[in-house]
Amino acid sequence: MTQSNQAVAAEHHVHRDDVGAKMGMWLFLFTEVLLFGGMFLAYAVYRFQYPEQFKLAALELDTTMGTLNTIILLTSSLTMALSILALQKRNKFFSIINLLLTIFFAFGFMINKYFEWSAKFSHGIYPGSEELLNKQNGEIVFFGLYYIMTGLHGLHIIIGIVILTFMLVFLIRDSITHDNYVKLENSGLYWHLVDLIWIFLFPLFYLIH
Amino acid sequence: MHHEESKHHTTGYGTYILVWLALVALTSITVTVAGIDFGMVALAIAMLIAGIKSALVINIFMHIKYEEPIFKVFLLVSGFTIVVIFILTFLDVVNR
Repeated sequence: MTQSNQAVAAEHHVHRDDVGAKMGMWLFLFTEVLLFGGMFLAYAVYRFQYPEQFKLAALELDTTMGTLNTIILLTSSLTMALSILALQKRNKFFSIINLLLTIFFAFGFMINKYFEWSAKFSHGIYPGSEELLNKQNGEIVFFGLYYIMTGLHGLHIIIGIVILTFMLVFLIRDSITHDNYVKLENSGLYWHLVDLIWIFLFPLFYLIH
Repeated sequence: MHHEESKHHTTGYGTYILVWLALVALTSITVTVAGIDFGMVALAIAMLIAGIKSALVINIFMHIKYEEPIFKVFLLVSGFTIVVIFILTFLDVVNR
């Protein structure tokens, strides 16, 4: 191999292992699944213990708001997937538009969450409130789990907004391109996981009747 | 490892939009079903629908369907771990 060939070969292999990068991302996602899994386990045990009180407490939640947020998050997952596909098809403009839409929907989700939580707070239902502590044990646990699980999920949305904004800058500056987009793919995997967790949170908290 | 172009031609914009439509449809079904009193079966129906939605997101949006087998092994191992944790916990809880 000549000197120049080696240089070319080296250039093509410099710090690039897309499959390895994605594998690492998936391993991280499993730690996330275990983190939320523990909370879902606590939820399952307490729901088994207090089925009637969980039903009663769940009536306080706004199903319309929950459904709207579900649709918003599902749509943001679509635009995320479209952003990556557009880049693969070398359509940078459409990729940027879809990534912008994803960030826009993420903000929409958080704005809804803000109004939803504000309404709960104004009714005196928040962790440690007098109103809540006067309720039955099962209801207190329900709202405790509601705040910690949707709160941790909301934190993931905020982190997602930061990550996706970085990706947007990378994309605009051509640091992410049609033949080097594993960063965008991994951010997408994270975003879809956040959507997946919501797919379970939604029926478990908003749809008990 | 080089990107294999052929892998990416399996999904188009249309596939993603169809999956999204299915996800929205499943959401309206789960909301509608929750309004009907199915008693104990309600939770099972809700979790079944959530499971179908997850399978769609994981396979299509997260590309697992088109990834190398090792990714599916990862997924099975972690899914299996969660199931074992739930079963063992409930063996304890139910028998108290």
